[in-house]
Amino acid sequence: MMEPLLTISDLSVTFATERGRVQALDGVSLELAAGETLAIVGESGSGKSVTALSILGLLGDAGQVKGGSIEFQGEDLTRVSAARLREIRGNQIAFIFQEPMSSLNPVLTIGTQVAEPIWLHHKKSWPEAFAEAGELLAKVAIPDAAQRLEDYPHQFSGGMRQRVMIAMALACQPKLIIADEPTTALDVTVQAQILSLLKNLTKELGSSLILITHDLGVVARYADKVAVMYGGRVVETASALDLYKNPRHPYTKGLMDSIPKLDGDPGSRLHTIEGQPPDLSDLPSGCAFHPRCPYAHEACTASKPPLTAIATNHQRACFGYE
Amino acid sequence: MQAFILRRLLAVIPTLLFTSVIVFASIRLIPGDVVDLMLAQNDISTGTDRAVLEAALGLDKPIYEQYFVWILNITQGDFGYSLWQNTSVAEQLSLTLPITFELGLLALIVALTVAIPIGIYSAMKQDTVGDYVTRSFSLLMLAIPSFWLGTLVMVFPSVWWRWAPPLQYTPFFEDPIGNLMHMMVPAVLLGLSLSAVTMRMTRTMMLEVLRQDYIRTARAKGLKENLIVFRHALRNCLIPVVTLIGLQAPLLIGGAVILEQIFVVPGMGLMLLEAVFQRDYPVVTGVFLVVGLSILVINLVVDLTYGFLDPKVRH
Repeated sequence: MMEPLLTISDLSVTFATERGRVQALDGVSLELAAGETLAIVGESGSGKSVTALSILGLLGDAGQVKGGSIEFQGEDLTRVSAARLREIRGNQIAFIFQEPMSSLNPVLTIGTQVAEPIWLHHKKSWPEAFAEAGELLAKVAIPDAAQRLEDYPHQFSGGMRQRVMIAMALACQPKLIIADEPTTALDVTVQAQILSLLKNLTKELGSSLILITHDLGVVARYADKVAVMYGGRVVETASALDLYKNPRHPYTKGLMDSIPKLDGDPGSRLHTIEGQPPDLSDLPSGCAFHPRCPYAHEACTASKPPLTAIATNHQRACFGYE
Repeated sequence: MQAFILRRLLAVIPTLLFTSVIVFASIRLIPGDVVDLMLAQNDISTGTDRAVLEAALGLDKPIYEQYFVWILNITQGDFGYSLWQNTSVAEQLSLTLPITFELGLLALIVALTVAIPIGIYSAMKQDTVGDYVTRSFSLLMLAIPSFWLGTLVMVFPSVWWRWAPPLQYTPFFEDPIGNLMHMMVPAVLLGLSLSAVTMRMTRTMMLEVLRQDYIRTARAKGLKENLIVFRHALRNCLIPVVTLIGLQAPLLIGGAVILEQIFVVPGMGLMLLEAVFQRDYPVVTGVFLVVGLSILVINLVVDLTYGFLDPKVRH
């Protein structure tokens, strides 16, 4: 197996809230090889965005890494200095955020914003960085790219802005790109375009991609590997193909059954997972999924099931139900 | 853009007309009119003299007629003559307006150089000792009336150190240093009282802006905190702050009237105060018209500044 680019081991993150400290991540472990695309899937509050943000130390003042490590090319990002982290941000690891409407600065030109990482990390002059920014905008298929450098974000549509965000992320040819639900805020018609563009450009660069999504259709089309998260823990990881063909965690199974199928019985009701996603400040004991799990037994309420290998490249955190 | 400026300038006219009616009427509503004062000063009070004096001053005509004569003259640049000194109001204004303008400008410079850096500092060091100190200072400046502080500055240094702020006005172009020495004290007092609100607004807006998604984007690029604040946050945060400065323009002029009195600055404020005491109608109305026009122009400038700060307005 290839040397992993990113290894997250046993990561725990807590957030300070009005109701005290909340455990947002509890022992999350993930591995990503160079050039691979990993999808992190889960409901809101499952910890998928927190995982992504903690890689770059972008949790903000309230969030705090309590334990575990994030090894990126042999460096533990939870322990490096703030200055070193700034060298990595935007340069080796780039981030694409969910909201293209609010993630671009309204008072700076698109050119400035796309050229900025090149100016910052590659130490190019502004004119040189601008020229590169123009090429990048052309690469993400923005029409008349060079002429649009002087335009402002409000002159772009949502889809175009997300293309700008992608151009900005690619600016320094990062080793890893993290895209946090990059298409959730967009029209359905542009979602596929944006994802294909993102996938193709990362492949071209040979970069790895972490794709955070709640859309299982996206996972199937674009990901090599999938991690399913629930209640701040990874409950199942497998190759995308494996996970679809053979989901082994009851939660993943429930998710798969909830996808409407074209060949299904037209009159049948859509499958749902009973109950509500858990409240992170008040997680159930043991396996967080047990109150909603049709197979739960006594062991599930007593202790948390560890993530264990059940096949090659297939792990799940479940005491078993077969 | 030019059409916009022209439209805004045309909109000034009805506002000014409305102001002129209010000012023209209200000064005449103050008990004790100019004729009474003149007669009292000359210690002659017979019925015939009063009628003669009123006729001489043109105050015997109905008030609406006086108003129309006055407003028609103004459209031709004639602001009338002082009832007491018989000097031209326009000429007097041309002498006093630049002085008040200088005081206001100096105060604004003081206010901004104090408020914006401290506001930014306070936001960046939120909930630290530095933040508490600067916030308390701004509350203090907000609570202390500048006329009181002005009086203290006049009195205490002379008692303690036998030093008093200079009170001799010299025109700027004759002796810039002497002029600034004199103007600096009232300008600082006026500026500090203005800076209080501006500083708090800058702090609040900076904190608000620093929570925005695009600031997280800037962080994810690996920018240093000071670049994030100055390149990515400052302009966004200044848009509402500039509005506030425009809204404070009347306070600036109102404060100038009082401080000019305390520090014997021969500006429009001093001119206005004397004229009100003497019921010198043409002077009072003339000054107010200029003040009104200044406030409208300041707010036009504020609107034009938006275009510079906010690209959405420009396009």
